[in-house]
Amino acid sequence: MSVIILLLIASISVAGLFLGAFIWSVKTGQYDDEESPSVRMLFDQQPPKK
Amino acid sequence: MSKDRLMPSTELACYHCGESCRNTDIQAHDKHFCCEGCKMVYEILNEHGMCTYYDLNSNPGQSQKITVRPDKFAFLEDTSIEQSLISFKDHQHTHISFYLPQMHCSSCLWLLEQLYKLSEGVVSCKVNFERKEADIVFDHRLMTLRQLAELLTGIGYEPYISYNDLGKRKPVTDRKKIFRLGVAGFCFANIMLMSFPEYLGIDDKEGQLLIFFRYLNLVLSLPVFFYSAGEFYTSAWNALRQKFLNIDAPIVLAIWVTFARSLYEVLTGTGSGYFDSMTGIVFFMLAGRVLQDRTHRQLNFDRDYTSYFPVAVTRINDDSSDTVTLPDIRLNDTLLIHNQELIPADGIITRGRALIDYSFVTGESLPVAKEMGEIVYAGGKQVGGNIEVLVIKEVAQSYLTRLWNKDLFKNESNQESSFVHGLSRWFTWVVFAVAIAAGAYWFWQDGSRSWNAITAVLIIACPCALLLSNTFTNGNILRILSRNHFYLRHATVIEKMADIDTIVFDKTGTLTAGTEMEVVYDGKPIAPEIRKKVATLAAQSTHPLSKGIAAWAGQTLKDPFLAFEEFPGKGIEGMVDGDLIALGSAVFITGKTQNDEASVVYLSVEGKLLGRFRFRNHYRQSVPMLLRQLQSRFHIAVVSGDNDGELLYLRKLLGQKSELYFNQQPEDKLEVLKSMQQEGRKVMMIGDGLNDSGALKQADVGVAITDNSNNFTPASDAIIEAGSLPNLYQLIRLCKLNQKIVMAAFIISILYNITGLYFAVQGTLSPMIAAILMPCSSISILLITFGLTNLSSKRLKLD
Repeated sequence: MSVIILLLIASISVAGLFLGAFIWSVKTGQYDDEESPSVRMLFDQQPPKK
Repeated sequence: MSKDRLMPSTELACYHCGESCRNTDIQAHDKHFCCEGCKMVYEILNEHGMCTYYDLNSNPGQSQKITVRPDKFAFLEDTSIEQSLISFKDHQHTHISFYLPQMHCSSCLWLLEQLYKLSEGVVSCKVNFERKEADIVFDHRLMTLRQLAELLTGIGYEPYISYNDLGKRKPVTDRKKIFRLGVAGFCFANIMLMSFPEYLGIDDKEGQLLIFFRYLNLVLSLPVFFYSAGEFYTSAWNALRQKFLNIDAPIVLAIWVTFARSLYEVLTGTGSGYFDSMTGIVFFMLAGRVLQDRTHRQLNFDRDYTSYFPVAVTRINDDSSDTVTLPDIRLNDTLLIHNQELIPADGIITRGRALIDYSFVTGESLPVAKEMGEIVYAGGKQVGGNIEVLVIKEVAQSYLTRLWNKDLFKNESNQESSFVHGLSRWFTWVVFAVAIAAGAYWFWQDGSRSWNAITAVLIIACPCALLLSNTFTNGNILRILSRNHFYLRHATVIEKMADIDTIVFDKTGTLTAGTEMEVVYDGKPIAPEIRKKVATLAAQSTHPLSKGIAAWAGQTLKDPFLAFEEFPGKGIEGMVDGDLIALGSAVFITGKTQNDEASVVYLSVEGKLLGRFRFRNHYRQSVPMLLRQLQSRFHIAVVSGDNDGELLYLRKLLGQKSELYFNQQPEDKLEVLKSMQQEGRKVMMIGDGLNDSGALKQADVGVAITDNSNNFTPASDAIIEAGSLPNLYQLIRLCKLNQKIVMAAFIISILYNITGLYFAVQGTLSPMIAAILMPCSSISILLITFGLTNLSSKRLKLD
């Protein structure tokens, strides 16, 4: 029985961690611009100068 | 840059902006450009090895034909202006955020974020694509703010800085609802998990565990009850204080009753409570609200004249000139207004010849010529040379500004009333009646079960189904509309759209396409050689009619032998390769006045009259079709600030019943709408300019039309992109369907509720059934609303 309680506490704290991550990501404005990050990652580093 | 791009066969497209090149001379590195401006941008980028810009997208640039005046950004050297624009400054770095409306593709993003390569002073640049803003950090020891603005302008991204930006702090985006939704989702999911043992009938031997689960649920429900549901408390309380019972009031009641009963059951050990239902309702309702409130971040529905006006203008003192911010303009100041600049305050022209484009302010389609000593009003745009204006009214007292300071613009629209509110009130009373009847019945039969029955009825029959179907339907309809480039300010506009029976159009810029003119030539045929010469001569003048002729005539001569003179207000005359050509008014060319219905320019070659050019407003292509479609269902009216030159054409287009008003001042437009509303009509106004702003505000639904949603639009309830105008009728139809869809979803969920009620009034509703019923009804509402809205948009042939 105590195993179940232990597991529950573990699972809720993991879920809580994700809730915290969600709040943090919203707070730091990661959803403010949903367009540019997807484009930005496709750019190569500076092409060599000719 | 070894890549050779194949040019399209017949027409040369500018390598930078993709416009066709009229002149084939402008070349650099085997690439053709339409103008010197585009070439210059290319050369800057090429010099810094940044031609990836052109590899990411073909012709990514913006046309640079309209050159920016060199000292346009001189006002940024003023420390007080700089102070109010920047967001942060330390001993080394300055942070500023510029609005760059030209941004439109991944090349733009790439180029702007590589800005540090173009200048040492730039430390970093981060682009927010949705808002079209660039957050730039620069080293103010190496470059000034003005140099930064000029650098951006140099590569084709001129920052848009308006009067409205002065001292404005960035609005803090309200994320409270999202956090509340997150917390509610977390608690809801965990409570569901903890409730499973109970649903599935946990062994009695595990009593300890059972109690543990119940208390855990209780603890998890607290954040939802106190934090997430706060959204509904504040809304209900605000409405109640205004003696108005909105839909949130019965919902708050249901949440409280559920919580109280659950608390009682858990504390007395008589049951497990309904925490799962309560958190589930809050979660779904918040999700619906978030969906419905998703605003169009890149759009601004509250713009007033301040975001149309420049930050500062040049003031001429006795022997020097300086820049002065708009609020600091005083009476009797002399202002220097450059070509393409706005006149910020009413004044008298003291030097130069003004040609003022009032199309945005009054709706007149043609620029007005003003001589020295005449009064010019704020809001007009000078086209042509520089002029000097003596201020006779300060900015705040000017003609245009006064319109805004009227009461109409101060009182915000009152309580939003929706059919949902009325329905929910009625629904609430029915539920109360059922609850009391059930309670009374059980009071006589079996007193212990009466309390049980009342609370069960209140829990199961809360009008959250109605709210859910409403918010989800609204949210999805808003999404469909914006996919069709029709952006509503708020979900309540949908219902107002459904009610309208009269549509009022502005003419200039709404039915007609902005500055475009249709040129019709009648007269003797023009030989190709002469046509080139006409084009060459017409290209010399900045007068809009002359520009129109130049565009009509097409190709100019390459190296003409040219001598010409422009006669203000009359015409232009000149020798082009040996031919004497004159363009101008009837008096100027023929010596006699003519009775012409619209703007006409006469052409003579070697003193002989050849023909005349007629100018007509260019109606948007879709307009005749659209008007025919709308005519049968709505009253159509046109209210224009322009003259009645197009009366006959519009009459033909709109039929005899239509109401046409011309020469309407901004106030007149407002009055026209008011009188229509007094007849009990629901009016939708579609307009584009500042002169429509009063009418847009007065209308039940004010729609601003724009060719580009990043441009300035006056305050309105909705913004439509010009390209979507043909779909207007379908869009209105979709809004009309909104109410039906809400009702359908609501009725289906009521059926669930009745099933629930059947058990609840008997006092035998098991937690198991309640637990299953709740999320099921929520999810089915969700599916029904999404399905129905998408289906109807498809049937209306919308995107």
